[in-house]
Amino acid sequence: MSQADKEQSSCPGKPDKHEARREFLRQSSAIMALALAPPLIVKAGEHDEAIAGIFEKMPVNMEINGKAYRLSVEPRVTLLDLLREQLALTGTKKGCDHGQCGACTVHVNGQRVNSCLTLAVMQEGKKITTIEGLAAGDQLHPMQEAFIKHDGFQCGYCTPGQIMSAVACIREGHAGSPGEIREFMSGNICRCGAYDNIVAAIMEVKQGGQSV
Amino acid sequence: MNQFSYVRPASQKAAIDAIFRDNTARFIAGGTNLLDLMKNGVTAPEKLVDINRLPLKDIRFSNNILHLGATTINSEVAAHPLVKTHFPLLSQALLAGASQQLRNMATTGGNMMQRTRCSYFYDITMPCNKRSPGTGCGAIGGINRMHAIFGASDQCIAVHPSDMCIALAALDATVIVAGPKGGRRIPFADFHRLPGNTPEKDNNLGKGELITGVEIPANPFTRHVYYLKVRDRASYAFALVSVAAALDISGSTIRQARLALGGVAHKPWRLYEAEKMLTGKAPTEENFRIAATVATRSAATFQHNAFKVPMAQNSIITALSKAAAI
Repeated sequence: MSQADKEQSSCPGKPDKHEARREFLRQSSAIMALALAPPLIVKAGEHDEAIAGIFEKMPVNMEINGKAYRLSVEPRVTLLDLLREQLALTGTKKGCDHGQCGACTVHVNGQRVNSCLTLAVMQEGKKITTIEGLAAGDQLHPMQEAFIKHDGFQCGYCTPGQIMSAVACIREGHAGSPGEIREFMSGNICRCGAYDNIVAAIMEVKQGGQSV
Repeated sequence: MNQFSYVRPASQKAAIDAIFRDNTARFIAGGTNLLDLMKNGVTAPEKLVDINRLPLKDIRFSNNILHLGATTINSEVAAHPLVKTHFPLLSQALLAGASQQLRNMATTGGNMMQRTRCSYFYDITMPCNKRSPGTGCGAIGGINRMHAIFGASDQCIAVHPSDMCIALAALDATVIVAGPKGGRRIPFADFHRLPGNTPEKDNNLGKGELITGVEIPANPFTRHVYYLKVRDRASYAFALVSVAAALDISGSTIRQARLALGGVAHKPWRLYEAEKMLTGKAPTEENFRIAATVATRSAATFQHNAFKVPMAQNSIITALSKAAAI
């Protein structure tokens, strides 16, 4: 029996050190929270359309992959965190979390955006499409098929963002040439360096003339 | 990210009141820069006032003036037929900035309110007079490759990061502002500030003031324009040097010229002297070379950024040559 075990067993009624620490943290963070919250967090203006206090959740309605959601979120939750942490839509990836890598790309009202740099509460009434909403049942989207065919990935982490971005790139009319594709896909970084194959996949879908 | 409260006011007045009453409140539009700063702990507003639902989204051309609402989206402005036809320099500059995803979120007003990307400003463990006045400047004597060669002070040598604003400066835009005491109009050249002794102030907006739009008067710069951006990779990087060049050429004479530089100063850097020098001259490489020399006479460099002076000169010559199609 080690010294620590002996000490612990000698006073069975006492919580162990770790538990005591956890309890301390629980208490102190609760006190901290009280200290941080001003007595009246937000004075609701007469003309405010919507309002949420510091620790308050607010209702948000949005359509995600064709399904209507009535959600309740804190102001500081990003759209990315909402998708991944609350709705388990983990196809959308968190890469840099600062809008520099494009792994979190989703469509909001048909436009590609970085979901890490927008708040969930700002999406009231919006239509969101994530990588999970791209395929029609078991039928892969043509861009997904093309990425597989052209080996448009190695590790795959950037792939959902690349595919969402690639679909938007064609819809926007920015896939006219390999050069234009490279320019308009520059917000999606691939650390494995599958760029040539990604461009080939997009070119094929564009030239195939299929509806994307 | 810090905790904050969120309000989405239904009127412009309510939005301005919300900011005016609370020093820790900030407007949010696209959020692409603000949320990034908040995640890094560079700024920690206690309240965000969402202005996206206010009616500030119009793009219209009337009485020979283009009006862009403050929450018009960068990608929409860049692709708008009115902008492409009458103000192609603005369209080019917008498309040189960020990525399409960010341009789909970023707004006209928010783009003007962007903070510097100086790495000492972003790293909260480093001294920075802009982030924490009085703590010193990490970039002076630090790694200052990206920093200013014009208009810097001994307090701050950071540069303004926008591309859109360089075109707006060249095109003599006016910023339309609403505030607690009513509205006012700010010429673009007077909107952003040089650092001086108050580098914490990027611009001349007063307390509670909200940008509601930008106006650009019609101009003859519809054909001979070029926005050149020189950066560490081909796309999706901030400028080392950028040039907004616009020429009004009649026959073999430059009737008017507009030139502004990005990535070189705390604000868009308009080159009035070089413009004057080019007026009435022929659009030749020799004249462009003289203009580039005139333009960089007041440059002052730091340990790692002396390369920006010849880079700026060569960029000016290239941008003017492309604009003139010579």
